[in-house]
Amino acid sequence: MKGLGIVTTQSSAEPTRRDFLYIATGAVAAVGAAAAVWPFVSQMNPDASTIAAGAPIEVDLTPIAQGQDIKVFWRGKPIYIMNRTPKQVEEAVKTPLSDLKDPETDQARTKAGHENWLVVTGICTHLGCIPIAHEGNYDGFFCPCHGSQYDSSGRIRQGPAPLNLPVPPYQFVSDSKIQIG
Amino acid sequence: MSGPSTYQPQNPVMKWLEARLPIAGLVHSSFIAYPTPRNLNYWWTFGAILSMMLAVQIVTGIVLAMHYTPETTLAFDSVERIVRDVNYGWLLRNMHAAGASMFFIAVYVHMLRGLYYGSYKAPREVLWILGVIIYLLMMATGFMGYVLPWGQMSFWGATVITNLFSAFPYVGDSIVTLLWGGYSVGNPTLNRFFSLHYLLPFVIAGVVVLHVWALHVTGQNNPAGVEPKTEKDTVPFTPYATLKDVFGMSCFLVFYSWFIFYMPNYLGDADNYIPANPGVTPAHIVPEWYYLPFYAILRSIPNKLLGVVAMFGAILVLLFLPWLDSCKVRSSRYRPLAKKFFWGFVATCLLLGWLGAKPAEGIYTVLGRVFTFCYFAYFLIVLPVLSRVEKTLPLPNSIADDVLAKGKVGKAVAASIAVLFAFGVTLGGGSTAKAAEHEESPPSQDWTFAGPFGKYDRAQLQRGFKIYKEVCSNCHSLKLLQYRNLAEPGGPEFTLDQAKAIAAEAQIKDGPNDAGDMFERPGRIADTFKSPFPNEQAARAANGGAAPPDMSLLAKARSYPRGFPQFIFDLFTQFQEQGPNYIDALLQGYQDTPPEGFNLPDGSFYNKWYPGHSIKMPPPLQDGMVTYDDGTPQTLPQYAKDVASFLMWAAEPHLEARKRLGLQVMIFLIILSGLLYFTKRKVWANAH
Repeated sequence: MKGLGIVTTQSSAEPTRRDFLYIATGAVAAVGAAAAVWPFVSQMNPDASTIAAGAPIEVDLTPIAQGQDIKVFWRGKPIYIMNRTPKQVEEAVKTPLSDLKDPETDQARTKAGHENWLVVTGICTHLGCIPIAHEGNYDGFFCPCHGSQYDSSGRIRQGPAPLNLPVPPYQFVSDSKIQIG
Repeated sequence: MSGPSTYQPQNPVMKWLEARLPIAGLVHSSFIAYPTPRNLNYWWTFGAILSMMLAVQIVTGIVLAMHYTPETTLAFDSVERIVRDVNYGWLLRNMHAAGASMFFIAVYVHMLRGLYYGSYKAPREVLWILGVIIYLLMMATGFMGYVLPWGQMSFWGATVITNLFSAFPYVGDSIVTLLWGGYSVGNPTLNRFFSLHYLLPFVIAGVVVLHVWALHVTGQNNPAGVEPKTEKDTVPFTPYATLKDVFGMSCFLVFYSWFIFYMPNYLGDADNYIPANPGVTPAHIVPEWYYLPFYAILRSIPNKLLGVVAMFGAILVLLFLPWLDSCKVRSSRYRPLAKKFFWGFVATCLLLGWLGAKPAEGIYTVLGRVFTFCYFAYFLIVLPVLSRVEKTLPLPNSIADDVLAKGKVGKAVAASIAVLFAFGVTLGGGSTAKAAEHEESPPSQDWTFAGPFGKYDRAQLQRGFKIYKEVCSNCHSLKLLQYRNLAEPGGPEFTLDQAKAIAAEAQIKDGPNDAGDMFERPGRIADTFKSPFPNEQAARAANGGAAPPDMSLLAKARSYPRGFPQFIFDLFTQFQEQGPNYIDALLQGYQDTPPEGFNLPDGSFYNKWYPGHSIKMPPPLQDGMVTYDDGTPQTLPQYAKDVASFLMWAAEPHLEARKRLGLQVMIFLIILSGLLYFTKRKVWANAH
């Protein structure tokens, strides 16, 4: 804008200097209006206490027997923690990637040495309903809303959902305890 | 908004639309081609400023409602969560709270302008009456909004104002019960006030549309008070009036921003930072400043019903103004006597406002009655009589003539400034004498966070926290703070690991676990500071019947009066440190032996600065009590200052961000106002 000002004063024509004043005023006002909108947009984002409450949580795995699962909540989302049977693990590992809509190996979705533990976010990737565990044709999850079916690794096999159930960030702090987040 | 539009669209799409819905034509004839008198002065920009303030209040209000909880046990904390945790929440809240005051400042200027220039006279009676209705709606909205934060003043203001209706014979009590939705002000009251506070601004907006409609039918009045006759008397609304209005709005925003960013608590009451307590009434119940003149009228009448009638009458009398003043000459410029009485009326309103903030006793009651009489006399005696007997000056032939004879206007402005100044000096003289009678105030300390560039001293906040942890936290809670706040920017800025370690030292009650039992675990940074007592009753029992107050907002909830001239200077020097000064003085204000004749109850201590001097808290700090690792002197004055700073941060964790953004906004607005001024001058150069 400074450069523009120099050019117009050099041309020393009265109307252009006036035009410059109008443009400068309009531009400054527009910048101010745009900046003033930001706080009103930003306030919609999660506030500091919500973010702080989304800190990692620890879950004790000892009460979960083989073939059972629990649902815990992290950041308001249900997380399935499933202690899979050897049969379920075998099915998940043996499924060829070519059969999958969203190809991903079972190894990539579990932690080495703890292959029996499946930890997935229990939210259907179609439209956000909660799939039911141990139901459906693939020994995994079945979503009652629109019929999506996931296998024992939480991968989409059938129905309208486009993607596998996501694996949340987690790690084993001991053999019987995980930290989610 | 009146008559067929001269708008001729060129664009085919606009032509198509105009034939079906002539909205562009409506906008064109109302806000572009609309002829406006060319001699309007800056007092006429307040209409636009008011429209802007209504928009600001509605937008910020809608946003605040997204985060606010209208429930008695949660309302106070939800407001604090907005200020502390919501992104820019402190800004939005300050905008809305200070915005209410700005709205009223602008409306008072707007009303007085109408009064001075006779804008209520035929054919503008309906326009004026619609304005009075807007003002009444604003008062109701402002009052209900002030109740929502659910502090002490909210609660007791609601109680006192709703009780006004109990003055009516036979039906009074039933009306009050109806308003409350219970046997006292409580949750149903808060809920309905929230609902109505959300509704009424839209009703105001609707009446504003009628107000503007009526304005555009009759046309604007002007400083000369003669109607435009030829085209030479007017200029098109755009760009002339538009630019002048925008320049006025920009200047008003500078004034408004001063309060938002630098003096957010100047116009509020410290007591409203104490959560509502139905068992304790604050020592002085004072409404917001914009109701004070009417509050003074209410109190000056010794009869309950008549007081209420007088208070409502003071506003309702405005509705009859067009018929009370029947003088044909509109503008006070040509009414030498009416002009003098007008300024007398302004002084009366200001003095009533001042009296409304004073206790209702002694000389104040007498003055209150005198000025209440003056207020009503202006409308019911002065104006009707003047309109019959006053010899008015000759009016200019036309507005164009008025513009040519401009020198006189400068004189009039100078005269009004002189009147205001004289009035200020008189008032100043009067109350300095009064202020001297006041009890001594705590000494003002140097605070690093004072002034426009103020910042907290990190080391001082860390030392203050240490004192809180080792001493204060044995009895006082800090319920509005979480351990994470200790590591946030703008505070003591402990490292995240330090904050985690501090949190882990506390045992926090959690649960129930899978077995249904509550259990204790080490604190996390998302946890709230652990309270020393499980509930208020336990706190009371352990402390000789007086529960130690929560300290989260102590530095904003404690204040002292500054006296008349001082409180005006405070506005310019940005003095807001009454709270820390008080805390600092209190901690050092213990005296082993009370003064002669002071009867100290058992189990209490004498403190020079505590209201009433008898405090249940034993002297909490002594020299050398807390060990400082950074070589700072371990003395009581140093401790007091450090802990007062820490508590200021606890009460206002975003103070640094507020002042930083304030500087940017101020610089921006001053540049914008300058540019607008020159643009406006360039545009108006053609019109003169």
